[in-house]
Amino acid sequence: MSMREPQFSLAVKNPGVREITFAEAVREAIAEEMRRDPRVFVIGEDVAEAGTVFKVLKGMVDEFGPQRIIDSPISEAGIAGIGVGAAMTGMRPIVDIMFGDFITLTMDQMVNQAAKTHYMSGGKLKVPMVLRTTMGATRRSAAQHSQSLHAWLSHVPGLKVVIPSTPYDAKGLMKAAIRDENPVAIFEDKMSYQLKGPVPTTEYVLPIGVADVKRTGEDVTIVATSSMVQVALKAAEILAESGISAEVVDPRSTAPLDKQTLIESAKKTSRAIVVDEGYQSYGVTAEIAAVIADGAFYYLDAPVKRLGAMDVPIPFSPPLEDLTVPTPAALVDLAKSLCGKV
Amino acid sequence: MIDRPIGYQATPDPVAIAELDPEQWLHMYEQMSKIRAFEEAANELYTSARMPGLTHLYIGEEAVAVGVCEALRQDDYITSTHRGHGHCLAKGATLDRMFAELLGKAAGYCRGKGGSMHIADQDTGNLGANAIVGGSAGIATGAALSIKMRGSDQVAVCFFGDGALGQGLFYESANMAQLWKLPVIYVCENNQYNEYTHNSETAAGTLTGRAEAFGIHTVSVDGQDVRAVYSVMSELVARARRGEGPAFLLCHTYRFHGHHVGDIDRSYYRSKEEEQWWREGRDPLKLLAGWLQEQGMEAAIFARIDEAVRREVEAAVQFALDAPYPDASEVDRHVYA
Repeated sequence: MSMREPQFSLAVKNPGVREITFAEAVREAIAEEMRRDPRVFVIGEDVAEAGTVFKVLKGMVDEFGPQRIIDSPISEAGIAGIGVGAAMTGMRPIVDIMFGDFITLTMDQMVNQAAKTHYMSGGKLKVPMVLRTTMGATRRSAAQHSQSLHAWLSHVPGLKVVIPSTPYDAKGLMKAAIRDENPVAIFEDKMSYQLKGPVPTTEYVLPIGVADVKRTGEDVTIVATSSMVQVALKAAEILAESGISAEVVDPRSTAPLDKQTLIESAKKTSRAIVVDEGYQSYGVTAEIAAVIADGAFYYLDAPVKRLGAMDVPIPFSPPLEDLTVPTPAALVDLAKSLCGKV
Repeated sequence: MIDRPIGYQATPDPVAIAELDPEQWLHMYEQMSKIRAFEEAANELYTSARMPGLTHLYIGEEAVAVGVCEALRQDDYITSTHRGHGHCLAKGATLDRMFAELLGKAAGYCRGKGGSMHIADQDTGNLGANAIVGGSAGIATGAALSIKMRGSDQVAVCFFGDGALGQGLFYESANMAQLWKLPVIYVCENNQYNEYTHNSETAAGTLTGRAEAFGIHTVSVDGQDVRAVYSVMSELVARARRGEGPAFLLCHTYRFHGHHVGDIDRSYYRSKEEEQWWREGRDPLKLLAGWLQEQGMEAAIFARIDEAVRREVEAAVQFALDAPYPDASEVDRHVYA
């Protein structure tokens, strides 16, 4: 099947496709890889009987046992380091970090160890590990359980960073990450775990570093990541009612970044907005906007616009929290003004 | 500088010395001599401005690396530190490729991209020296988890200094190693100084107490006595191979030089008298040579070994000086596998 094919019609067209949730897709991917490769294991807090706090790995310990679905102490730095060492010596660890906010505790192991080992050893040692964690606000979890810190790891050469937005992508990219020879961080939007989408029953793996056009359009490109893909698709529907045809492009990974697809889309539509749930300053939107401005400059009719999370610690109070995250309405307003149709 | 007594910080545990053939002890002397000569040449390369950057000399601590690594197999793992040349050589690295790495040359162990503080050599089980103090506690523990999951009888050794006990990663890793009975041996090289600060100013309680708190089997040894280090280490390795879990080996030692090659004036953190006490009375090479002579070995043997090692080091230095730098195309190779 083509990666460009709109996914939401797949289930209808193809009897080998069923609708499953994002969480089920992640679980399927890990279980399939653990069946095919005895080197793969999971280590993290409450991953075994609890199946993680989000129940994503529910039931896996029954099939694979506590030797391969390992409940760890609350020691993020320790398990990240153990992942690096196990990966260097023949295993394929999946280190589960419950909340993306807690990657701060793994930083030395990810930034100074995992990312640099292959290069510093002159290409001899490899660190084929996956760091699985979450991102995304609006779960009323306040400032230390709501951040989207994927830009942090995207900044470091040697790491790959995957940010899937649909069940289909989540499964195919998780399988690719587990098979990758490099350290790969996967950020899953916790508000997307119940999102349903078509996923083939047959095996597939998606390449890391290839963007996906989630909706084709002519007037404006909306580059949207992870949680913001659904926001962008909603905005695109509303814009269509106003006669604005929006193209939604999902990079699916920030490192490596599929610059070519983003630039080609912006060249085609001549306008671009980048939306991402990380903090706006020094973040993913800034990098992608710069890539598009550089690569599509002569084709653009307007400056590239950005929408990220508001630069504030994420507040607990629901009406306040909702103000910090980009919404379809905000995206619609921005797209209309960019297209001169306010 | 706080006034403190010169000498060992604590009395090492009693050790049953292994019964080895004198030739085997002599081999350990040769290994220590090689490390000593390597480090002296590295210092010379630095002071004559032929080495980029700086380096941290292992002189004075040779008995730890050699005693530990002689108790290991080639397929056992080690992780090393910024003061790591001794560990790499003792685990089997060759002089020429080591010097080439120190000089940033393409023939180095890491194609010149790691340098003095990052030498790794998969072929000898060296998972890499680490310039983050305490940074490899997780890696060594992870290697031990991998060993256990693969059903192998290898062991993993984590070298680190007393300064690394200030880092949290060790405690997280050691806790899991003991919970899961992993075959990892934490070798703490207590040279007493966290860079320029004595550990009496940085460590509350005892150093061994840190591992004992997890129920980890803990031994302290005279790190200047290679026979003692080797003997204790052999027991700890056998124990780990039997699946009896991790151990913590505290080696009382001393670095004869500064924190790094540029650390010349050390009077503000330790006295000349203290340095002299260790250099004259507790030099690991002199201690082993003295004991072997008491066993009837002639003194000339040691001079012959030192001279042969010196020539080998000279040739290796020349190899490294003559070796080409990496091609510019190397700069973005190996970022990703």
